Amino acid sequence: MIPAAFEYERATSVQQASELLQRFGEDAKVLAGGHSLIPLMRLRLSQPSALVDINPIKELDYITVEGGKLRVGALVRHVQLQNSDTVKQNLPILAEVADEVGDNQVRNLGSIGGVMAHADAAGDYPTLALILDAEIVTNKRRHAAKDFFKDIFTTPLEHDELVCEVVFPIANGPHKYIKFRRRLFDWAIVGAAAQKVDGGWRIGLTNVGPTPVRSTAVEQALASGASPADAAEHASDGLNPSADLRASADYKKHLARVLTRRAIEQASA
Amino acid sequence: MKRKVALTVNGSRREDEVEPRLLLVHYLRDVAGLTGTHIGCDTSQCGACTVLVDGKAVKSCTLFAVQAQDAEVETIEGLATGDQLHPLQQAFWDNHGLQCGYCTPGFIMAGVYLLSQNPNPTDDEIRKGLEGNLCRCTGYVNIIKSVKDAAQKMGAAKGAGTPVAAGGE
Ligand SMILES: Cc1cc2nc3c(=O)[nH]c(=O)nc-3n(C[C@H](O)[C@H](O)[C@H](O)COP(=O)(O)OP(=O)(O)OC[C@H]3O[C@@H](n4cnc5c(N)ncnc54)[C@H](O)[C@@H]3O)c2cc1C
Ligand code: FES
Ligand code: FES
Repeated sequence: MIPAAFEYERATSVQQASELLQRFGEDAKVLAGGHSLIPLMRLRLSQPSALVDINPIKELDYITVEGGKLRVGALVRHVQLQNSDTVKQNLPILAEVADEVGDNQVRNLGSIGGVMAHADAAGDYPTLALILDAEIVTNKRRHAAKDFFKDIFTTPLEHDELVCEVVFPIANGPHKYIKFRRRLFDWAIVGAAAQKVDGGWRIGLTNVGPTPVRSTAVEQALASGASPADAAEHASDGLNPSADLRASADYKKHLARVLTRRAIEQASA
Repeated sequence: MKRKVALTVNGSRREDEVEPRLLLVHYLRDVAGLTGTHIGCDTSQCGACTVLVDGKAVKSCTLFAVQAQDAEVETIEGLATGDQLHPLQQAFWDNHGLQCGYCTPGFIMAGVYLLSQNPNPTDDEIRKGLEGNLCRCTGYVNIIKSVKDAAQKMGAAKGAGTPVAAGGE
């Protein structure tokens, strides 16, 4: 379908983008990679009155390591994360996850800032951000990941607030993200992440609820010496996933346990 | 309100007035008259609309034409040199890489991008490189064979010092 009509302006700086969003008002939206927004507009599920195209903003395109943190600009594309030596050395799980987001065409345009702002329950980076205590930095404030993903498609972002960067801790120890899906380029039916940080495990799940989930019960079981298999039994504790086209709620809980066990085992291997 | 967009399509500079909501694929087909780029879905999943924008494969149904300002766009129509098919086009022909042909322009453009990044891919790398393209007819086996064949011929042509664009063999 053809999207509804909208006004369009390009921004070349964060300042200018924020001013344009204020000028256009509440119904305006940021356009980044467009790979969540444009499909919604084509189905007319989203009909913004104006789009502020932030793609020309060069200051949002960088990957650096500073003060023991990996800083990723909001407009960094999946393909850049996938191939970046800096990411591979400092947070390899992020490069591996990026390699499995969508397909080549999606990865060439979709951006990390867009994934965070969109807050799809099946988004892969939000799970990493949550378990690693990443920060989402905007032109107004710094959000801890645990306070950012509030509900499905819901974040505390104000309408003229831009995601500018995502700050991750450096973590290059044992790690694994397993994405269970039917076809190669699909979103996760369920995803499970395991990452060792300072000797302790961080465990998280994708698409088992409206927001990413940190599996503290599994982390605690591992910390008190449980085997991966025993610890992973706790992965579905307290989960209340909604059924969708691809999986029932019970099946998602089953996947949460199985994938968590595999993620821990494969990370340790 | 219409806006001016200026870009290069298959080497020719163009300037048009378009509505911001015009998708690049509709621009290419309806404004530039290049109907080789196909539309196979409404959900950004099938890849039939794949073109190169500044050398990168993108789904032209998931990009507005105004976003291609100052870009170099390459479509399936830009691949052949006169009657001489591009090696990928020739390989799809030689290996029965198509049946109805609807998905073919998208696969070939995704293949051109893949070989530009990885000139000598394994079967698995080809599968992954083409994961954004769907075909309802061939079962993919011959598509993978076609890309492999093109890679070999383009590699051989390069080795022999023959310009790749001039046909490959
Ligand atoms: C076929 C296909 C498969 C996919 N598979 C996956 C997958 O497996 N895993 C996955 O995680 N994603 C997947 N995606 C989604 C993809 O990763 C998108 O790129 C991503 O969700 C959104 O990023 P974007 O840059 O495209 O944002 P856009 O689509 O441009 O924007 C999305 C939303 O975020 C807002 N926004 C964007 N950037 C900012 C910013 N800097 N500040 C404030 N607001 C902003 C926009 O206003 C909009 O509301 C897939 C997409 C497609 C089409
Ligand atoms: S038409 Fe299907 S992905 Fe573009
Ligand atoms: S050849 Fe018919 S869809 Fe691919």
